[in-house]
Amino acid sequence: MARERAWLESSRAGDGEWRLTALGRWDLQAAGSLSGTLDGFALDGGGTVSLDLSRLDAMDTVGAYLLSALSARLTAAGHGVDLSAIRPEHAALFDAVREVGPPPVERAQTHRPILDMLERTGRTAVDGLREGRDLLSFLGLIAITFGRLIVNPRRLRFRSVMFHIEQTGLNALPILGLLSFLIGVVLAFQGADQLRRFGAELFVVNLLGVSILREIGILMTAIIVAGRSGSAFTAQIGTMKVNQEVDAISTLGLDVVELLVVPRALALMITLPLLAFYADIMGLFGGAVMSYATLDITFGQFIRQLHGAVTLPHFLVGLVKAPVFALVIAMVGCYEGLKVSGSAESVGTLTTKSVVESIFLVIVLDAVFSVLFSFLRL
Amino acid sequence: MAPFDDRQPDAQDAVIRVRGLVTRFGPQVVHDGLDLDVRRGEVLGVVGGSGTGKSVLLKEILGLIRPADGRIELLGRDTAGLPERERVALQARTGVLFQNGALFSSMTVAQNVMVPLREHTDLSAALSAEIARVKIAMSGLPANAGAKFPSELSGGMIKRAGLARALALDPDILFLDEPTAGLDPIGAAAFDQLIRNLQRSLGLTVFMVTHDLDSLTSICDRIAVLVDKKIRVGTLEEHLRDPHPWIHDYFHGPRGRAARHAES
Repeated sequence: MARERAWLESSRAGDGEWRLTALGRWDLQAAGSLSGTLDGFALDGGGTVSLDLSRLDAMDTVGAYLLSALSARLTAAGHGVDLSAIRPEHAALFDAVREVGPPPVERAQTHRPILDMLERTGRTAVDGLREGRDLLSFLGLIAITFGRLIVNPRRLRFRSVMFHIEQTGLNALPILGLLSFLIGVVLAFQGADQLRRFGAELFVVNLLGVSILREIGILMTAIIVAGRSGSAFTAQIGTMKVNQEVDAISTLGLDVVELLVVPRALALMITLPLLAFYADIMGLFGGAVMSYATLDITFGQFIRQLHGAVTLPHFLVGLVKAPVFALVIAMVGCYEGLKVSGSAESVGTLTTKSVVESIFLVIVLDAVFSVLFSFLRL
Repeated sequence: MAPFDDRQPDAQDAVIRVRGLVTRFGPQVVHDGLDLDVRRGEVLGVVGGSGTGKSVLLKEILGLIRPADGRIELLGRDTAGLPERERVALQARTGVLFQNGALFSSMTVAQNVMVPLREHTDLSAALSAEIARVKIAMSGLPANAGAKFPSELSGGMIKRAGLARALALDPDILFLDEPTAGLDPIGAAAFDQLIRNLQRSLGLTVFMVTHDLDSLTSICDRIAVLVDKKIRVGTLEEHLRDPHPWIHDYFHGPRGRAARHAES
């Protein structure tokens, strides 16, 4: 088929001279098979070659490239190449392609697998440390701005705080409520299964009360909020960065941290404890429903047992972590958002990074709190 | 697909033919019975005030938006209701440079240019890479630009890279959406010249939406003006004589005069 589309005819033209005639349509469709034929193309002996392009039916950039590559190969093989036979309408394209010239010589890259791996490890470690340092200095910046706002509270964007409370708090209620309820159900079910062997079904309530109030309520809330609101912060601020809104804020003499970061952080620090409380209740409710269904523990019994099982410190130990987690989530979310540069793609990458980082920090901090509370014997 | 083709009929035949085009967005009528012919091998500049539907017209011709009524023929084929295979084949014969380049940000410039080659041809990887290199160089980018990512390029370079991708398949028709917007005057003039050179050497038909009066006067063969929900096509001289108030203001305004003056 390619033979019919485009081909090359060679003939001897006098002593030691060759005549090559390109025929047919030298274009993109013919290129696949043409390049195969041309790759191994060579002529015996030296001597001049006149490459006749005047009888082509059509030539596009690919055809022009193949022909110029052919002429370059023939020149390299020691032939003199005569290219004068070309139609004027093809000449412009052919010259334009020939001007491009040969590809630049690439420097051979040496592969040192072990050294490369070490280098990557080192880079990752240094990048991680840098990120930690930058986050810490961002925390300082937020703290200073908070301080300024305490001195001069009229500068606080109250509307913005309210807006973010609605976004991060009120709008999170359905999903958080449902998930906490289900976690309560699962815990009660699993706990009941184990405790029934000892005939200690009623202690499911103790298990639920302590674990939900101390750990699971707040941890679930923090993780859901990190995924829901931390990512939203990064995406919002990142989009503003791409649209140069952040630059506009700075040039208008406004403080980016004060305007964008503090309202979000403050809103989250207000909503997260409330959400955590709500999650506690929903989790316990889920547990109570499941206890009633599988263990026949009535709601009255459940509440009486719960009253004896948990004390105020259990509840406070869980809740005291909430503002800290809130600050971390908001800080990471805003920090990654402000790191967005130029492309819309980096918004996506950094949003992912922000969620991973804030969940990571939340769990690390939770472990730190556990150690701390065990020292304090709480 | 060949730019020069003896078997093509009359050079004046229309590669884009629009008849009775109607575009509506809710109650707002943008085009009402618009007719347009774009001839083979010409550079057509499309101008019009904000909201007259220049970009919408471009998208309708490309099949990205469906018009409310009317008929659009691209290279002699009615674009509405075309079977998938033929639609793809037709798309391979058109190249588009979007306003902001629309380069795929996760790929290097060379990979961007190779996307259409990989999708529409069976060229070997080595040959596609070579073709991409030639297109990148022909678009006036330095040799090392191929390995860069779009985020590492300046606005002018992104447009050139977008042009290289648009030209990857040697299309018959090149669509440009405000190609010189956002470029400095020197860069814009160089880009105009590049389009002119490529148009001549590749035998392209160029459909260019623009606001740049210098582009209009220096590289466009004909100018299409979107007024009163229709289009008026003519050479610059014809438009200069047109008494329609918007067209008169457009070409006789201080900027229009300056551009013409610079040209003569």
